[in-house]
Amino acid sequence: MTVLLFASLADRVGKRKLELPYEDGDTVGSVRDRLVAAYPVVAAFVPSLMYALNEEYVRANDPVAPGATLALIPPVSGG
Amino acid sequence: MLIRVTSDPLDTDEAVQHVASPDAGAINVFLGVVRNNSLDRVVDYLVYDAYPRMAEKVMREIADEARERFGLIDCAVLHRTGRLEIGEASLLIAVSSGHRAESFEGGHWLVNEVKKRVPVWKKEVWADGEEWIEGPESLGLQASQQATGNRPL
Repeated sequence: MTVLLFASLADRVGKRKLELPYEDGDTVGSVRDRLVAAYPVVAAFVPSLMYALNEEYVRANDPVAPGATLALIPPVSGG
Repeated sequence: MLIRVTSDPLDTDEAVQHVASPDAGAINVFLGVVRNNSLDRVVDYLVYDAYPRMAEKVMREIADEARERFGLIDCAVLHRTGRLEIGEASLLIAVSSGHRAESFEGGHWLVNEVKKRVPVWKKEVWADGEEWIEGPESLGLQASQQATGNRPL
C-alpha cells in the first residue's frame, strides 16, 4: 500500500511517498503505528493528524484495503 | 462549477465569467492574498503544498454544500500552489446568487470551510528561516486541542 506525506511531515520524514506491505486486519491506525515505528519523528504529529483513504477523510479505526492509498494529513493551512 | 488546484496565477475574470448567469443579481468575489507579515515577522514569500486530487474533491464537496445551504446559482473555488510572492492571490472564490445577502454569506462560509478542510498547506519563508504553518482553523488542530483541553486559537 502507498502512504502519502505532505508539508512539515514530508520534510521531517524526508519523503513524500512510501510503500508499506499490507498486513491482515490493517486499519488506518495500525498502518500509522508501523510508520511511527520506522520513523519516530512521525510520533509528534499523531495528535493532530487527519487521515484520508483514496482521497476521502476517514478515522483511525477504519479498515484499510490492500493496495489503498493512505494520506497522513497534518493540520491544513490553505487560503 | 469551476474547481481547480493549480500552480498558475489565478484569473478573477475567468471565475466571474464562469459563475455569471442571467438569474444572478449578485456575484461576490473573494481573493486571499499573500501578506508581507505574520505574527510580527516579515514574510518574504509563501510556498503552498497540496494533495491536489483530494483538494479538488473536497473543494467540490464544499461548493456543492454551499450551493445547497445558501441557494447559490454557481461557485468557483480555485487554490494556487507553489511559490507565491507578496500580493499574489492564493485563494479565489466567486459565487453567484439571486440577491446580495446569499452571495456574501455563501462566499464567507466557503472561505471558512476551505481553511478547515481542504488539504493545502502554506510555508512562510522569512529572511532568517521558514516554517510550515498549522492552520488554527484546521479540523485536525481543533480536534487535538479539544483532546488536550487547550482552547482553540
